[in-house]
Amino acid sequence: MIEVKNVDKSFDGNHVLKNVSAVFETGKTNMIIGASGSGKTVLMKSVIGLHRIDNGRIEYDGRNLPDMRMSDIRILRREVGMLFQGSALFDSLSVLENVMYPLEMFSSTTKDEMEARAIFCLKHVSLDEKSYGLAPSEISGGMQKRVAIARAIALQPKYLFCDEPNSGLDPKTSLIIDQLIHEITHEFGMTTIINSHDMNSVMEIGENIIFIEKGEKAWQGNKDDIFHVDNKALNDFVFASQLFKQVRQANQ
Amino acid sequence: MKRVFAKPDRWKMFFRQFPKELEKLGLQSLPIVAIISIFIGFIMTMQTKLNTANPLLPVYTTGLVTRDTLLLEFSSTILCLILAGKVGSNIASEIGTMRITEQIDALEIMGVNSANYLILPKIAAFIIMMPFLVVFSMALGIFGGYFVGVLTSIMTTGDYLTGIQYAFVPFYVFYSLMKSMIFAFIISSVAAYYGYYAYGGALDVGKASTNAVVNGSVLILFFNILVTKIMLN
Repeated sequence: MIEVKNVDKSFDGNHVLKNVSAVFETGKTNMIIGASGSGKTVLMKSVIGLHRIDNGRIEYDGRNLPDMRMSDIRILRREVGMLFQGSALFDSLSVLENVMYPLEMFSSTTKDEMEARAIFCLKHVSLDEKSYGLAPSEISGGMQKRVAIARAIALQPKYLFCDEPNSGLDPKTSLIIDQLIHEITHEFGMTTIINSHDMNSVMEIGENIIFIEKGEKAWQGNKDDIFHVDNKALNDFVFASQLFKQVRQANQ
Repeated sequence: MKRVFAKPDRWKMFFRQFPKELEKLGLQSLPIVAIISIFIGFIMTMQTKLNTANPLLPVYTTGLVTRDTLLLEFSSTILCLILAGKVGSNIASEIGTMRITEQIDALEIMGVNSANYLILPKIAAFIIMMPFLVVFSMALGIFGGYFVGVLTSIMTTGDYLTGIQYAFVPFYVFYSLMKSMIFAFIISSVAAYYGYYAYGGALDVGKASTNAVVNGSVLILFFNILVTKIMLN
């Protein structure tokens, strides 16, 4: 579980996060949603430790991140997997080598065991064996996302962060990636935090949703609650499209 | 800097990267070093001969001047200025692209010391390869001068060979190698710095690459004076 308590963050006097508190639960897909510029990316980067917060606490199962030294943060990060918006696969390595990379860096197992683990992870994300030797630039965006997920789970992390996992993907592939994240979260009992403004994802896998508006937490609930909320900012954001307005009417 | 020169997270990973960098930064620079050195040796010999056409000067003057120019300045300083362009831009653009495509963030999130993992093998490999490139350049430059004697009639090969052996100071080679290793450090570290702290998009990687080459070159010129003052005075 990750607990964010009274977090403030400013950039050059611009108060981006204002006293944000939230709980990201273990074994659930926790989603941070909000309009562009609302502060959701800053919140996620602050939780990971890529931004140093001004005030507050960020507790990873009781361990307060802002109090940690860099060496301790680096040890904590070995318990963290991350799926980046652009996949962030290493260009110079093949698909298999990308997944083996964290194992080679931090695992003390043999090369055969590492390879077996990497193949297990790649099979888990339904990636074809033919692609294992290919470079990231030789595979599609959806496949790159799968490889990135395989790499993120290679070291069996306790915490998984996903930044806009569906960015640039077609609706069908987006759904597959969402389901995959949802499945591995439950299977491995991870604390997963997804930063998204894709309402399809929210409705599909949002088990714990935090809505950020103008740097403040404006609402927290799940995908079923969202249809019955009397929060204008949230409703304007979630039900902006005609399709979702109709879905809402059908649910009420 | 402290993070770059920290102990690698895994020596195995360092030694996997290191030969790749030796090949990329060193061996892949051989063609450009060879072409430039041969032609500079060639033209330097011709120019020296044409500009020292004086019966009062000994016949070995051309060989001597060519040798000392190559040993003292061309094969260390000028070659490093050229490599600041080739290797410096390569390092800055590679690391800069990794930065803007979040690959460096991915390393950091994994708990890897990204500065150490990416930069240390490049600096170490380039410093180690540089003396070989310099010796290679010296040899080819002198060989290029020899060709002038063979291919043209402006001087005899015998005069040239006498000149390149006359009053040879072995310390000049040591000085040149030392200087080139300092320059190798400057080129790789300045380029890595600009690449590592690049931000934005493709345009910014281009800017980082340009800054790496320009600032690396200026530092080489400055340190050339400093090292020459210290070692040759």
